[in-house]
Amino acid sequence: MEIYQIYSLTSAILFVIGLGGVFAARHFIKKIIATIIMGGGVFLCFVSFAQRDALTFADPVPHALVITGIVVAVASAAFALALARRIYQLTGEESFTNDK
Amino acid sequence: MTELPISPYPALLVGLPILMATLSLFFRTRGEALVGLIGALLTTGLAIMAFVEVVQRGAVIHILGGWEPPLGILLRMDPLAAVFIGMTALVGVFISLYAWRYFRALETTTGGLPLFWPLWLFLWAGLNGLFLSNDLFNLFVTIEVIGICAVALAVLSGKSTALSAGLRYLLAAITGSMAYLFGVALIYGSTGTLDLGLLGQVLEPGTTTTFALLVITLGLMIKMAGFPFHFWLPPAHSSALAPVSALLSALVVKGAFYILLRLWMEVFGVSLTYAAGQFIGIAGAIAVIWGSWQAFMQTSLKLIVAHSSVAQLGYLLMVFPLLILAPGVTADSADWLSSAWTAGIYQVISHAFAKASFFLSAGIIIMALGHDRIESLRDLVGHMRITAMAIGIAGVSLIGLPPSGGFMAKWMLLKGIFLSGQWWWAPVVLAGSLLTAGYVFMLLRLAFAPAREKEPFRPVPKSLEVFALLLALGSFLIVFPADSLIQFLESSEVFGTGVESILKGGVHGNN
Repeated sequence: MEIYQIYSLTSAILFVIGLGGVFAARHFIKKIIATIIMGGGVFLCFVSFAQRDALTFADPVPHALVITGIVVAVASAAFALALARRIYQLTGEESFTNDK
Repeated sequence: MTELPISPYPALLVGLPILMATLSLFFRTRGEALVGLIGALLTTGLAIMAFVEVVQRGAVIHILGGWEPPLGILLRMDPLAAVFIGMTALVGVFISLYAWRYFRALETTTGGLPLFWPLWLFLWAGLNGLFLSNDLFNLFVTIEVIGICAVALAVLSGKSTALSAGLRYLLAAITGSMAYLFGVALIYGSTGTLDLGLLGQVLEPGTTTTFALLVITLGLMIKMAGFPFHFWLPPAHSSALAPVSALLSALVVKGAFYILLRLWMEVFGVSLTYAAGQFIGIAGAIAVIWGSWQAFMQTSLKLIVAHSSVAQLGYLLMVFPLLILAPGVTADSADWLSSAWTAGIYQVISHAFAKASFFLSAGIIIMALGHDRIESLRDLVGHMRITAMAIGIAGVSLIGLPPSGGFMAKWMLLKGIFLSGQWWWAPVVLAGSLLTAGYVFMLLRLAFAPAREKEPFRPVPKSLEVFALLLALGSFLIVFPADSLIQFLESSEVFGTGVESILKGGVHGNN
């Protein structure tokens, strides 16, 4: 097995764990962590493709994309955490009440 | 790509709202609203000028900072993008005018909620950027800008129900964009490019492409609240403030639809299969029936309108099966495709006008009554004639009675359904209209019914009612330029390559 394939497979597993977590977890923080794990999977997938075609040096485009993606993901996660914190302060709830 | 004429408009359409949004942050409540409103008016003027430019010169491009792709970003404004930008501007300017008056009226109780204007202008910049984007990653960035601004707007009131709905919305949005990005990674891995035009030529049908198509479609369906991922929409849209609900339902969800339409037409043409189309169509059909039924069962006005969005977005999903012919069926002309395609776009435009008007009217009623339980709508006609009229007109467009924009959309959808031989979608369209008529007439019956007890209707600024009515009228007026608008859309490059690749894709997908 090529080394990039290990990364690609890991990225797929992380993505699925995250996706499952978003729907299965009830606690706000767990849901937010699940989206971060999903993001980690996607970024790893991008980076593993950069390594695959590398003969002498890695493809720089995926790295540029991943940097942007991480910025977006961090901002979203921070926003989600702020919302969750505010909801907890106002109502004391830690999960969606009528969760489906 | 570089042979297209270069124009400054695409860059200005993104840059100007960002500039005005940033500028408005330097002012206090009143000043900020003024700067925000000026920004909205300027952006509308610019959008109209850009629209005229595309009508005269055809598709135009702008290369940001002179950096050629793939390193730089290329913005392309073709007729499809021009129509969406024009729609955003027209709906946006009325919502802006409404919002200006609305927040003035609320100033005494809430302090005017100062963050509305910068967030709305950033959202507008994101929407324009989305419509102008020409590569998969740029689409991701713009849809994230839209998503974060939209959630921030949705929680503006700071109430716990809005916050909880907003968090649900944000989690759905993040999940959707991560799924979309995963698909983008797979496509980049297999082709080495992100450019939409180039991808349409080089993308080979195969397992990777099919899987990428699947995750991208799922991600975008979560973002546009397609069944069964609609659960976040009704609470988020109904708990937001009136101008925000109007923006969210009229414009924000359409962004994801725009990406999905462009990707299916332009990029995935060769790898689309009949089954994929039918699958997404079934999701749309269930959304139409289920959403309309839920709307019918609600007892508060904003929840009715929000559930009705789920149904109306279902019609948009029903366009996708019509893009692919059944196995064994061959077509020698693209008539059916043209009907289906324009049906989708007409549905987007008429829903944008009608739903914005509906939510703005709901905002007026909440302002007058302090709540939006529908039994209090009794004798609405006696108290607020203009608002009752706006609800009636917008409702007629949602049902799809002639001569409204909604009728045009549903008529062309039915035409596409019969021309492509997929007759089984037709009953869904009709049943959806019938259910829509159910809840619209329920509202109108109450509006005309005599009041049982005296409910206090507080006076509401007349201009608010007029803006809501103008938007409702807009959903009728868009019918008149229909012929030239359809011709304009068909001159779009997306449509040309879409027809070609779909006619070709029929062979690939079905053999």
